[in-house]
Order: sequence, then C-alpha cells, then structure tokens
Amino acid sequence: MTGTAPNSTAPKTVGAAKLAVRVSAITTLNALVTRFEFQRIDGADFPTFSGGAHTVVEMMDGEKKRLNPYSLMSDPAELSTYAISVRRDDQGRGGSLFMHQKIKVGDEMALSYPVNLFVLDLRARKHLFVAGGIGITPFLAQIKQLEAIGGNWELHYSCRSPDLGSYVDELTEYYPHATSVYYDDKKQLIDLDNLLDGQPFGTHLYVCGPKGMIDWVRKTATATGWPQAHVHHEEFFAPQPGRPFAVRLKKSELTVEVGAQESLLEAIERLGVDAPYLCRGGACGQCETDVLDSDGTFLHRDHWLEDDEKESGEKIMPCVSRFEGKILVLNR
Amino acid sequence: MSTFEFPPSIRSRPVYCVLEARPGKAHLMIADAEGAEALIDLALRAPELMAKAHVIYIPKATDFGAALNALNPAQYYEGPSYSAAVSRIKRVFSDASMGLQIYLSGTEGLMGQALSEAMQAGYDHTAIQTEHRGSLARRMQCVHCKGITEDVSNDPFQCSHCGLNLFVRDHYSRRLAAFQGVCIDAEEPGNVPPSKELYS
Amino acid sequence: MTLQFNTETFRDDYSFHNSQRAIDRFPFPFHEDSYMYAVNMERHQGGPADSVYEKRFDVDEHYVAEMADRAKVLGDDPLRCQSLPHMTLAGWDLLELIMVSKSEEYPDLFELHRKGREWYWINKPLGIEDHFTFMDDTTLPYGPMEYITRQTQGDFCVLDQREDNLWMDAGMVTTQADWSLDFDIGMNFFEWHAPVPLAHEKGIFKRALKFLLNIQQGAPARRLNWTMTVNPLLDTSPENYHKWGIQKTTLTSENIGAKQHLRVELQTFFRLPRSNALVFPIRCYLMSFQDIVSKPKWGRRLNRVVRDLPEELASYKGFIDNRPLMLDYLSQFDDGLPTSFGVWPDEDITPTLQR
Ligand code: HEM
Ligand code: FES
Repeated sequence: MTGTAPNSTAPKTVGAAKLAVRVSAITTLNALVTRFEFQRIDGADFPTFSGGAHTVVEMMDGEKKRLNPYSLMSDPAELSTYAISVRRDDQGRGGSLFMHQKIKVGDEMALSYPVNLFVLDLRARKHLFVAGGIGITPFLAQIKQLEAIGGNWELHYSCRSPDLGSYVDELTEYYPHATSVYYDDKKQLIDLDNLLDGQPFGTHLYVCGPKGMIDWVRKTATATGWPQAHVHHEEFFAPQPGRPFAVRLKKSELTVEVGAQESLLEAIERLGVDAPYLCRGGACGQCETDVLDSDGTFLHRDHWLEDDEKESGEKIMPCVSRFEGKILVLNR
Repeated sequence: MSTFEFPPSIRSRPVYCVLEARPGKAHLMIADAEGAEALIDLALRAPELMAKAHVIYIPKATDFGAALNALNPAQYYEGPSYSAAVSRIKRVFSDASMGLQIYLSGTEGLMGQALSEAMQAGYDHTAIQTEHRGSLARRMQCVHCKGITEDVSNDPFQCSHCGLNLFVRDHYSRRLAAFQGVCIDAEEPGNVPPSKELYS
Repeated sequence: MTLQFNTETFRDDYSFHNSQRAIDRFPFPFHEDSYMYAVNMERHQGGPADSVYEKRFDVDEHYVAEMADRAKVLGDDPLRCQSLPHMTLAGWDLLELIMVSKSEEYPDLFELHRKGREWYWINKPLGIEDHFTFMDDTTLPYGPMEYITRQTQGDFCVLDQREDNLWMDAGMVTTQADWSLDFDIGMNFFEWHAPVPLAHEKGIFKRALKFLLNIQQGAPARRLNWTMTVNPLLDTSPENYHKWGIQKTTLTSENIGAKQHLRVELQTFFRLPRSNALVFPIRCYLMSFQDIVSKPKWGRRLNRVVRDLPEELASYKGFIDNRPLMLDYLSQFDDGLPTSFGVWPDEDITPTLQR
C-alpha cells in the first residue's frame, strides 16, 4: 500500500523527506536541559508546522546513526529557525547525551519533516495545558499558535525546582495571567480536582510529562466526568533496552542480531534495509511489520496495534517492540 | 414494550445503548415520551445520580411526568415540544462545565437534536449516551429542498415542504439530526411504490 | 504551449468537448481488464510530462468553463460550500498550498507576490487580481477556502484529523458523483463512506484510513475513482437528482457514443501544515464513450470492465439499467484481442480493431 500501485503513474524515485540543517545556536537552559536551534543549509525557510509537531533528529555518532524524535518548540510563524529542547537522560540509550556532549554550533545534521501526533483540537472553547518538566516543549509552540489566532488557553506547569524550570521566566513574563508554575521542591502540587472542576463546557485538556503524571491526569479527569475525547496526551515512548535477539528479514534475505541497546528498527536500518517510520515512538503506525514466523514471546510496547493484533503474533512495531525467543521472521 | 432491536445497518446509522451511570459533577437527562422509562430504569440502578440531575422531559402523548418527578431530580422541567424546550437546552449547555454527563432517551429525533445542540456547544458526541425507546418514526431531511419532515414512519413518504416523493435512507447526519430522503421517482415520474411502515 | 480555454457548458446544451490533447491525457482508470475496489493509492509526486499527474493541481482547457459552472451552482445553492467554525485555519493552509503550487507550476497563468503577510494574487485566466493579508479573513471577498476553490477545478473536502479518524468538516462540492456535502459535513471517514457496498467488508476503508492518517507534509498521495454520467453534467448532486435523474433514461443506441461519459476522479491527498488537516481534492474528468474507443486498448478494456463489473457496483454507480445498452455499443470495439497491462493507451504497440 505504501509503495507504488501496480497501475502506477508515479515516477519511481522518491527519497524520504529530510531537511539538511546546520546547528545555529546552542543554549544551556539549566543543569539538565539544552536548547538547539537549526537553520537550513540551503538558506530556505523551514516547512510550516503546527503546534505539537515533532521532528526526528538524525545524529551520526561515529558509525552509529541515531534517530530521536523531539518536539518542535519554536514559533510556528517563525520559519527561519527550528528549535528543540533536549533533556539529558543519563540512563537512556545515549541520544540525549550525544546531543549534549558532541554537538557544536555549525555542525551539519538532518531533520525529518515535521509530524504532528499531538495536535490541538481546534473545536475547543478553551485549551487547558498540564505540563511536567520537559513536557513543556510541545506546549510552547501550541501557545504561540493559539496566541496568533486569539485562542483561549491556560497552562499549569510543574517543575522540580526553580533551577530546573525551563522557560518559566519567559512564560510568566509574557503570559502572567495564563500561566501557573508549581515547584516540587517547595511541595507545590497542581490541585487537579479543583482545576478540573468548573472548566467551561467544551474545554479540552492536554497533558505532557512523565508517565506517572499522564496517568494521574487522565484518571482524575475520567473520575470527574471528563470524556476521553476531551483529554489528550503526548505519549512518546523511547525504545527500552532489552536482551539481544536475532531476527530474519525474509524479503531482504538477511539475518541480524538486535543489540541490547538498540531497537529492532535501528538494527534493520543498520543493515541498510529501508524500513518506514514516522514517530519512532510506537504511536504513528507507520513501521507496522508482518511477522511471518515466530517461536517466543513478543514484548509489544506500542500504542498502535489492537490487543487482538498483539496476541495474534502476526504484527510487530519495530520502533519500540522487542522479542525474546528462538525464531523471529519478518516480512521486510 | 418500548424497546426495539434495530437490524444491522450502514456505518452512518446511529446505534443506541442502555444508559449507564457515569461519574460526573452534574447529570443532564433529556427524554421524550417512552424515553422516560429509560431514565426511570437508570435511576433505579443509580439513585445517587438524581441529587445532581437536571431532567428535561417532553411527554408527547404519554404520561410519565409524575413518575419522573418522583425520582426527585435536582431540577425538573416538562415542555410541550422539543422546539419549546430547545432554547432552555441551549442555555443549559452555555452555563455548563466540564464534568457534566449527558443522558438522552426516547425517539431518534429527540436524541439526535439534543446531541447536535451539545456538539454545537463544543462537546464531543462520542461522550453522550443515548438509549432508544418508543416510536420508530424518523426525522427526515429532504435532500432536494432541505426541509425537515418530522415523525416519518412510512417509506416512501411525501416531503412536507416541496411535495416530492422520497424514499427513506439509513444514511444519517448527526449535525442535521436527520436521515436522508431522496426522490424515488426521478427516473420514472409518477411511479411510486405503495408506502410501507418502516421495519414492517 | 499556452493553454486555450474552451467556451463550453456542462448543462442545458452541453457544449462540453475534449480536444485531441485532452483525449490523449485522459486519466483512464483501468490498469487491467477487470475492476474491483482496492486500496489503490500511490504517491503524488509528479508523473509523465503533460499527463494529468504531472502538476500538483492540473489546470486544463476546461478551467474557465468549469469555474463558471461552479459559480452558477453556488448561486443557486450556497450550501455546496460550507466550513465548520474550527476549519478556517485549514482554509488558509489550502489557499497557500494552491496559490504556491499554481504560481510555481503555471507561472504564465498565475502569480503570487508575498511580502510578509501582505499577499498579491494574480489569476490571469479568470481576470482576478487581489491584494490581501494572509490569515486575515476580512481582506478577502469570501472565506479563504471558498475564495481559492472558486478558482480551482475539482471538488474539495477538508478533513480535520482527530481521534485516529478524519472528519469532513469543510468542503466545496459542486461536481460530485451523487453525494451531498450539506448532509455529510461533520461525518467521519467510515460514516461518509457508509453507503458504499462491499468495500467495508473487504477491510478496504480500515486500511485506507490508516494510510491517510499518516500522510505527511510534502508527501501527498493520489488515487483514481470512476463512475458513469449521461451527458457531460458536472453537477450530478443528490440535491438536483430529481432534475437530472431523468436524463439517464434518454440513452439510445444512436446517441450513446456521444452522450454516455466515463467520469474519472483524480483524487489527491495533501497534509496541511498549520491545521494538521488533510485536504482531499477530487478532480473530475469526463470523456464520451466515442472518444474513449478512439484508443483501441481503452475500447476493448472498457467493454470487459463494464461487462464483468459486479451487480452491487453497477447498481451503486447508478448505471445498472443502462448496462445492456452500454455493452451493445462497447462490444463493437472489443475483438477479444489481449490488452497490455497498465493505464496508458500504448498506441504504438496496440493492434487496430479487427472487425
Ligand atoms: C479522505 C478522503 C476521502 C473522502 C473525503 C472521500 C469521500 C467519499 C464520498 C463522499 C463518497 C461517496 C459516498 C456515498 O455514496 O455517499 C466516496 C465513495 C468512495 N470512496 Fe472515498 N473518500 C476519501 C478517501 C477514499 C479512499 C482513500 C479510498 C480508498 C480505498 C476511498 C474509496 C471510496 C470508494 C471505493 C467509494 C465508492 C465509489 C464508487 O464506487 O463510485 N475513498 N468517497
Ligand atoms: S514509527 Fe511510529 S509506530 Fe513505529
């Protein structure tokens, strides 16, 4: 379906849509978070994007190609620059450390076209944002977008401490009436029950932050009568490390060992096999792959497959899911 | 018995459920005619809802008003017709907060129109519960003149506005709260099959 | 080559006609001798020179006449163009997409000059020149979607993307194959497709939707759909069916070659950047049977497709009553010789008709 149809009238050469960029600025925001700004090497404007969109950043770490998604946090109306904020994750698989330690102003990199899996529901009478830590980034772009079209919004932002409150100053300066900040170290908690009570009919609630916060907000909302369709969350899973396993790629006639620190998708790409993806976080469905044969246990970690599809053992999302067992053969 | 099992149909045709109590800060219940029975059943299963309930009821030719009132809802209104009640319904939505649960029961026409009002107030339709009771008559839009004919229970029927002979489709518009009526004799004017009762 | 625009009508005297160039580039929709619904999508990234697939928005000899027909339809029934309140941003996205595409691809016909948000648009074929402020609704005579689609061939559905579905929340629909925007506006992908036979059961819509939800900015897609229309009538709307339906009964073996048209829709899909909406232009190409059979391969194939089409589809497409008459005509152009694979007429390798 994604390839060319048998009756194709289309030309055959199509490359993945990528943008060649140069790092134009690096700003340390605090001990954990650094902002990276990019400009296009050809000097052109970036594609327009909508608040909540992410880009997949391609990093060449020696021999290893890393592809990590980050929310675009710059103003969607300002297209000479794209900006992302990267939180250093010392326990992660190394992408954020690479950005923090190796990337310098002037370096050339590649970004994917923007993809949005966390859009504003423009029907909303009011947009209520709840952010935790680095989860603030998609909201920064959404707020700018709403300001441009006169949207009604309110932000509740929880950070560990004033030292680690990325963008707090900017938000409280420009939007003092719409922004509330809460610091963990001062024992300030978002009073969620109260916040969710009395919001105007037609309000939409958005939450982005640590998994615990997302679960808490969604659960509280449901318990107080908010329908699911009015509660949105950015659920991006970084691939988790796991035990190495072997996989056979039937169409490519190749076998590969997936390392403990790499994802199945990355292992496939390492062999030079073209595999589709958009989010690399188990959310978009683009990487869905047919399993031709297997003997073992699937570790499904995506939000895409239906439960019965997961149980069937006929599909896997290689960007986040893994496998433990003897045989895994994919139609790739 | 006021319940009816609709035969399987196309994907645009609404399907109805049995109302279930859901957590909420307030509960809006709108019903017409035998729809009252669904609210009474709900209140029997979840009496705790009623202290925070606003009931809006259009009896048509039935007599469930006293029984509904006896459920002791926080607020109770009885109106002679949907058109008489609609400005009140709009007002309820404009004053409402998130956390309101909406329960609709009775005819397809009533449920459809109240649901469309809630949508226009910015509420997602998937969050609204609907339970069909009573008449199987449909609210029909004439696709040609756009006029709505209420309570259509025969197929084909005559558009009450432009007079064309229309057949009754299952294609349904949530926004219009109506099924679609299309000219049946366009290719052979005057050849109109005898009208049959719906689902007969 | 500069384009010559036809003086022609799609109603009353039906003076619509296709030039030889239009016949040569007609998007014949059948790549083999039979037809069944399928998830027939491919990328929309150009195509052979001068084909209808080459440009993002094809402009052809019917442009000016089609726009006049659209204006007439809208004059009679303004509800053919509607946009729910939250879709205005998507309207601006669409206006930008079309203005940028057309001015890049047809610089002799369209010009767009931009200074920040101050835009100047020139449409030479229609004699339109407007200065306006991008994203300021008050500076255009219509809403942004209506403004630009009054100047662009084809119908347009603008789909909001929410809850893993697409919602038809805006559109300009005046050249449709018998469906009503006024009725379908607000529906989701499965709901507006509800009347289509067989395709739901085959899982086609489920798979098609997954594909559409993932269409990315800068990577548009396309597919073809087709039906049959008696007379070159663009506005085969349900709204007017009580007026045009009777025309289906006027076919005879004498007039069928000229009167019966194959109606092909080139459907494309573009992600819109600011709103994250999807736009679905449905571009209609009409060609009479007599023009189709001027390509021997197409004549042979059309006979076989029409002959073998399942009843459900012939009935849904509204030509089941006329099928015998069509086959009487088309079978004269089918000598049973094999046809080559693919949609192109392949005139250099196709044998002439063996009578
Ligand atoms: C998102 C964009 C799309 C829109 C707005 C759209 C809209 C429509 C509408 C309004 C109809 C007429 C239904 C009726 O009878 O009332 C239709 C028919 C149909 N659509 Fe779509 N459609 C879209 C995408 C697709 C895709 C991707 C497929 C791919 C399989 C598809 C397959 C069909 C088929 C098979 C029919 C029946 C057509 C016939 O037999 O003439 N559509 N579509
Ligand atoms: S790439 Fe998005 S789900 Fe795998």
